[in-house]
Amino acid sequence: MKPARTSALRLGLVSCSACHLLSRKPQALDHGITYCPRCGEELHQRKPNSIARTWALVIAAMVFYIPANVLPMTITSAVGTVSADTIMSGVIYFMQHGSWEIALVIFTASVFVPFLKFIILIYLLLAVQFKLVKQPKDLTRLYRFTEAIGRWSMLDIYVVTILVALVKLGFLADIEAGPAALYFALVVVTTMVAAESFDPRLIWDVVGEKHE
Amino acid sequence: MHRIACHECDLVHDIPPMPARATARCVRCNAVLFRAQANSIDRTLAWTFAGLVLYVVAVSFPFLAMKNGPIFNETGLLTGIQLLFEQGIIPLATLVFLTCVLIPLIQMLGLLYIFVPLKLNVRVQYAMPVFRLFKHVKPWSMMEIYMLGILVSIVKLGKMATIIPGLAVIAFGLLIFVLNFALASVDSHMVWERLEGGS
Ligand SMILES: [Zn+2]
Ligand SMILES: [Zn+2]
Repeated sequence: MKPARTSALRLGLVSCSACHLLSRKPQALDHGITYCPRCGEELHQRKPNSIARTWALVIAAMVFYIPANVLPMTITSAVGTVSADTIMSGVIYFMQHGSWEIALVIFTASVFVPFLKFIILIYLLLAVQFKLVKQPKDLTRLYRFTEAIGRWSMLDIYVVTILVALVKLGFLADIEAGPAALYFALVVVTTMVAAESFDPRLIWDVVGEKHE
Repeated sequence: MHRIACHECDLVHDIPPMPARATARCVRCNAVLFRAQANSIDRTLAWTFAGLVLYVVAVSFPFLAMKNGPIFNETGLLTGIQLLFEQGIIPLATLVFLTCVLIPLIQMLGLLYIFVPLKLNVRVQYAMPVFRLFKHVKPWSMMEIYMLGILVSIVKLGKMATIIPGLAVIAFGLLIFVLNFALASVDSHMVWERLEGGS
């Protein structure tokens, strides 16, 4: 393998995000939309408006994160009493009943992972915007990490769905999904789309500029 | 030799023809550029067919049952989604339906649509858009997380009642692995080259 040691951007080439075909950058790319000559995907040298879009999605996700944690996730009615559970009260319930492993799993997936994603994405955005990239390899690794962990936050949404199905009418108790579930789903979707809108090649562009 | 740019750092590489099962990685950021697969078409098709059989079982057989004295409540994979719909929480129901039911099915049907014609050496319309769609939906297939959700639910309800896993849960659990094997057998580079073929 003999690397050319240059970025496609500098060689005037553009790589298709779907089929990875490397083609000469068409003149029209700067003015309008052009498509991959092989597979028809829209061509972009970098993901369009990557930084602004990622910021917007991260901020939106942080806003949704508040009601997701404050409002009840499930509403349980059992023989005349109604109780509303937030994510944290669910975690505490498991801790008190000796299932600390489950408490840890839910806390990690629902509370910690989204929070970690906010921190990492904001860190990456600031590093790229202020051109403070010292270890591009580490930043790329951080980016891959956020991309991989985000999906696990769906856990509590699934738990609610399963509980609703299992504990229904005719039983001693009845469980309904609370308003937090919706906000929680929004947190997961917006953080996943945010990670997808961030272009890790921007990290390496900062390093490339410095060497010029 | 063919030229490829790393999709994570944009570094251009010239890659010689590679032996099967070899992985080409970016020399700068270590991202996987691509993996060459042996018998990609046959293996992908075999895993996909196995996956479809498991899928049918997972959707149609009893998933979980809950027993508490005389009360016995049996649910299917779709029961929770249906109840969320009835409770009016439609976005949530849709999200669960997409990530655990529809997208895994789209992935398998997409693979069939691409790989059966490749195997038979025929061309079909829209093969390229289908393969593009197939790549885009991948992050939204989340069956393994649903499986963990089942585990958490069993612990949560364990003190209230007995939970009996049905045949469908086993099929669902196996499907997670089988679908992953199918996806891992896909040699994307080969597929794009074959789809482009001659033109
Ligand atoms: Zn393309
Ligand atoms: Zn790279």
